Amino acid sequence: MATTSRDDFSIAIRSAFLKKGVKQKFSLLALIIASVILLSLESINSKSLNFVRSAIKDVIYRTSFIASIPGNTISPMFTTIQSHFKIYEQYELIKLELQQLKNQQNQIAYLKTENDKLKKVIDDTDIYNYESITSKVLVDKESPFLKSVILNKGFNSGLKKGMPVLKGPYFVGRITEVNYLSSRVLLISDLNSKIPVLIEPMGYQAIMSGTGDDLALLDFLPKNHQLEVGNLVYTSGTGGIFFEGIPIGRVELIEEKFHVKFFSDLSQLYLINVITSEPMRGKQ
Amino acid sequence: MAFFKRNFISRFFSLIPLLILFFLAFSETDFNFEKLSFLSFNLIYILIFYWVLKNPDILGYGFIFLAGIVNDVVIGLPIGVSSVTYLILAGFAAYVRYLTVQPSLIYDWIVFVPSIAVTNSVYFYILRIFFDIKINYVALVLNTGVTILLYPVVGFLFSFVVKIIIMKKNV
Repeated sequence: MATTSRDDFSIAIRSAFLKKGVKQKFSLLALIIASVILLSLESINSKSLNFVRSAIKDVIYRTSFIASIPGNTISPMFTTIQSHFKIYEQYELIKLELQQLKNQQNQIAYLKTENDKLKKVIDDTDIYNYESITSKVLVDKESPFLKSVILNKGFNSGLKKGMPVLKGPYFVGRITEVNYLSSRVLLISDLNSKIPVLIEPMGYQAIMSGTGDDLALLDFLPKNHQLEVGNLVYTSGTGGIFFEGIPIGRVELIEEKFHVKFFSDLSQLYLINVITSEPMRGKQ
Repeated sequence: MAFFKRNFISRFFSLIPLLILFFLAFSETDFNFEKLSFLSFNLIYILIFYWVLKNPDILGYGFIFLAGIVNDVVIGLPIGVSSVTYLILAGFAAYVRYLTVQPSLIYDWIVFVPSIAVTNSVYFYILRIFFDIKINYVALVLNTGVTILLYPVVGFLFSFVVKIIIMKKNV
């Protein structure tokens, strides 16, 4: 009896993995082996393999962009309808923000003049003097596990791995994969993102780690720090990877841990800037 | 003429699972909601399990493999991870198919639970151990739970497609 059930089990396993159906060209086992081979090829870094990978990715990204058109046409309609209902509320909020911004603008003008004078004294270069390329987000597949977007520009436009990506003036991620016509940006919200940051006005250095959410966690803060909610977080430029002083977000305290609330809404990326020039002061 | 029309309808409906599979793999549209992660589910898993169980010829293994590659490229995972997981899930479904004499949605649903648990564990371990990619474990578990809960609902909807394919073929 036991032998029969074992036989049934082995027959079912063999049939499932080795037998090809009437219209099947490959068995399951053959395809699983092919997938494992593909996976192991991922760790091999050769010129010809990279070229093939890059070509495949470019084709798939473009197809993905086309396949996403119907969905992308429909989804903004819901947002438009929703925003119509909130129009008065938003108007009042914008009026208030405008007043605050006007006040800040006056302060900034004063600080900028002062900053220019001080820079002349120490003979420093302008940290915002960088070249950038504007790029469009081709595909933004919302994934609960990984946070990244695909851009419509690749190494044919001069993009390289590690380049910082900005939405307006705010830092949103860095390039992690470059193909000929497209590239991938790892967003700062991704669990695998680690960015060296500077927290002002205290001048603390820390590492900002993505949490997979709208917030990032601040790691490696100095002992006995006096961080406050609302402190501003910028890129630190440590290691010469990024320019220093690119704004990222504000400090928030959640469950007794210091987090960064991003200035940019990372789910609403469309046109973004990739900084193509090398940081100068960070190389020190 | 009527025969050709019936044949065309049957063929069209047989293509629906394949079209959905590739549409989900290629496009931004899926059922992973960034801000409503407790409602996110993996329709591709349900699709593969259901159709391999019902009729593996409709959703060929080769297409499942290709859809996995496309999904990996679009999401940004190492190429082959999704293919392996999809094919393992298909393997479970094929195994159950060979053992089942009297298929029922409830029985399929019960078998789907360990299948998806093993599949997602493989997915998680490949990414974590072999590629050192961190993924949101809580989101993955939530996604698995919602996918399991929605299997009978989606399965019920797919059963209409099955009925149409069989009906048009037999008429």
